[in-house]
Amino acid sequence: MDGSVAQTLEDGMMMARQRLVVVGNGMAGARAVEEVLARGGADLFDIVMFGDEPYGNYNRIMLSNVLSGVQDTDGIYINPLDWYADNGITLHSGARVTHIDRAARVVTAENGVQERYDVLLIATGSRSFIPPLDNVRDETGELRDGVFGFRTLDDCTAMMARARTSQTAVVLGGGLLGLEAARGLMTHGPSVHVVHLAQHLMNAQLDVEGGAILRAAMEAMGVTIHTGASTACIELDESGAVAGVRFKDGTVLPCQMVVVAAGIRPNVEVAQRAGLTVERAIVVDNHMRCPDDRNVFVVGECAQHRGQVYGLVAPLWDQAKVFADQVTQRNTGSAYHGSKLATKLKVMGVELASMGLTEPQHPHDEVIRFSETRSGTYKKLIVRDGRLVGGILMGDISKAAYLMQAFDRDSPLPEERLSLLFDLGTPPQKVTLDEMPADAQVCNCNGVTKGAIGACVAAGKKTTKSVMDATRAGMGCGSCKALVGEVVEWFCGGTVEEDLSVHYYVPGIPMTKPELVAAVRAQDLRSVSSVFAALAGGVVDAGSKPALASLLITVWADDYVDERDARFINDRVHANIQKDGTFSVVPEMPGGVTTPADLIRIAEVALKYNVPLVKLTGGQRIDLVGVSKEDLPRMWADLGMPSGHAYGKSYRTCKSCIGTEFCRFGLGDSMGFAAKIERRFRGVDSPAKLKLATAGCPRNCSEAMVKDIGAVAIGNDRWEIYVGGAAGAHIRKGDLLCTVDGEDAAMLITSRFMQYYRENAKWKERTYTFVPRIGLERIRAIVVDDSDGIAAELDAAMERSIAAAYDPWKEATAPKTANQFAEILVPAS
Amino acid sequence: MSDAVAIAIGPLSQIPVGEGRNMVVGDRTLAVFHLHGGAVYATQPTCPHRGGPLADGLTGSHTVMCPLHDRVFDLRTGVGPDCSIAVVPVRVQDGIMLVELATA
Repeated sequence: MDGSVAQTLEDGMMMARQRLVVVGNGMAGARAVEEVLARGGADLFDIVMFGDEPYGNYNRIMLSNVLSGVQDTDGIYINPLDWYADNGITLHSGARVTHIDRAARVVTAENGVQERYDVLLIATGSRSFIPPLDNVRDETGELRDGVFGFRTLDDCTAMMARARTSQTAVVLGGGLLGLEAARGLMTHGPSVHVVHLAQHLMNAQLDVEGGAILRAAMEAMGVTIHTGASTACIELDESGAVAGVRFKDGTVLPCQMVVVAAGIRPNVEVAQRAGLTVERAIVVDNHMRCPDDRNVFVVGECAQHRGQVYGLVAPLWDQAKVFADQVTQRNTGSAYHGSKLATKLKVMGVELASMGLTEPQHPHDEVIRFSETRSGTYKKLIVRDGRLVGGILMGDISKAAYLMQAFDRDSPLPEERLSLLFDLGTPPQKVTLDEMPADAQVCNCNGVTKGAIGACVAAGKKTTKSVMDATRAGMGCGSCKALVGEVVEWFCGGTVEEDLSVHYYVPGIPMTKPELVAAVRAQDLRSVSSVFAALAGGVVDAGSKPALASLLITVWADDYVDERDARFINDRVHANIQKDGTFSVVPEMPGGVTTPADLIRIAEVALKYNVPLVKLTGGQRIDLVGVSKEDLPRMWADLGMPSGHAYGKSYRTCKSCIGTEFCRFGLGDSMGFAAKIERRFRGVDSPAKLKLATAGCPRNCSEAMVKDIGAVAIGNDRWEIYVGGAAGAHIRKGDLLCTVDGEDAAMLITSRFMQYYRENAKWKERTYTFVPRIGLERIRAIVVDDSDGIAAELDAAMERSIAAAYDPWKEATAPKTANQFAEILVPAS
Repeated sequence: MSDAVAIAIGPLSQIPVGEGRNMVVGDRTLAVFHLHGGAVYATQPTCPHRGGPLADGLTGSHTVMCPLHDRVFDLRTGVGPDCSIAVVPVRVQDGIMLVELATA
């Protein structure tokens, strides 16, 4: 091989490639790099990114959803870590850049990492502004324990932890960020107060009346609002912990935590030290370039363009595009001309849109207003010379898309002003979509235009879901999902294809549950691995295995080939895994009835194995929590009781009240019936857990009306059967399926409903979703009236499943797999 | 880079097909997976997200899903959605698993 030629070529290529170093891995930095990559930047640059936070890149706008528990932290990542690797980007995360040497073109991070650059992009964003109140910081100058900014994922996590132990939380600042913080904190328990310096909430976006409507909505949800309130200092107790907020008038509001949401300040220090021009933020020209140094660019909240510093996401998309056009030289004519501020959002359940001015400024400014305080609907537009210069929409924001576009484009408004506020004579939607220009933004979170969606459809994506996956439209806050669907439909000209994958039972196999059951029967597929081999091209999807196992058990009962690896760990070791990898042991205790002898045995076992927590469960049983996997079989053997099945997607438990034996109101033997139910269905798998209850009278002490199946005694040996109830993450009163005579009839209906559910519910679909999806009438027809003539089949299938069920704790002495409960010690050689 | 040395960690039959087990090798614990089709992989034992026991996870084709919060890692590269795990080379010779552990 001719090494010298190869060497020279490689050198030549190295010379041509430039180093692009990006300081900041937030939404601005990452978006700018995405735009560079989209313009073939991977061939031009070696890209290096520095991020202050130890994570990949996440959508900061979504932090309020994380705080309120609507979304978990996983859902907010824009680019996971492998995105950087896939695109050849070097990421230094958790590395704050402290020094830029413009002469040597080298940046240095706090941890000592240095990188040379040809082109530097500063996207350091901003941080929470912390007013200099007494006690807000501790002796080291850090925010005091119990005082929080609301800016980063770490802020969010720390706030959630603190909120759970706080009685009262105070949010300083009644702007958008403060209100979102308040909304999020509410979900964690404390009573929440918002303290706002101005006379009305969100004074940057709303006028007095809009602020009052928002205040009423928030107060209705339990938030206490203090406007016109000036904070003097944070009060501490004798131990130095946060104890309250003191106002300038001397009054004190006691609290255990304070969230400061008093605005943001751009992070400009590193640029300042490097000698770049900094006014309110780092000054840039129309190419997003520093006037002092043509190798340095700035985008995002740390950039000042024509005197403006932006704190919203939309301007950032435009800036990132201009930067990428310039730096890749794809379009050297590209320039940024500033953004008009318009925003659409949802605060505490109130939808609102705001653009430009909130009050008229000139005597001839025209104001168009509609106000209906009862329903919280408020619309106000400010028109100057026939153009929209300001607007507020609350409650009903159906006209927001049109108005925001008219505002952004400065386009002339129709003479009939009323039509600006309301759809008069309801012009068809198609007209507005026809009129919508290609560069109008459909998704503001991810900056996706109508044109981008059109290009995606033209490239062959014909379903809303595939367009969303490809463009990320609708994947931010989600408020534009419906509009994205309409735009896709419009581009498809009515030929939009329904995305069938939402109906698939598991992602990798394009079949609904009934189709899959038919295929499994037709091809005689009795194990999970045979299903993957026959129907999924041999590709095994880990998450689909338990779903398929559940379906096969229901279809084949005792003829199912049980591959243990297809089970979730709980069903491999017959215990419920806990956050630290230990397990819980719950012995059977039908209807919550036990004996002194059993209690003594449970206590002895708990002592012998040093069980750290003994807890009564919601299902009226005893939970021994924190048990190591190795101890499970020994504990079961010592207990000598059957499994309580408190871990699987299966029949779980049947609660009962005290029934007729002692209760002076009891009408039916709920305890005895619960024991019969438990002994019959224990170990029977189902698509999701089944929690049952029996009640001895309609007082419902055992809460039978909010169970998957509940039987309520109403006297004369009659039982009401309720189905589809829930009182967990979701709350729903069960529907009365029927009233029957005698326990035997009640048991038969319970069985038959359960089997119908087992065969027809989707994986993890609880009865509270299943019953309304199928419809109570339809279920009653099949289960009670046998309208389809399948009752006998359902009953027989259930009997077969009951016969196939067994007590898994017997595996204590007869393990099913090698080292089922053990880790393996490799002997030293 | 430090040297790697192959250490025999016992017969493959100790791990049921499709499952993982923790194996304690000296002062190190490895999660070792035995997939359908015979592939064998070894990784660090805990998930970097919240410390979930990876050996208790469900396996797919070259993947494992942490049992606590469903993060899926590629067993060949260790790459996960927002964090990654260390993988240790492992091969099977005459039914015996050999891992290549870096010497200290």
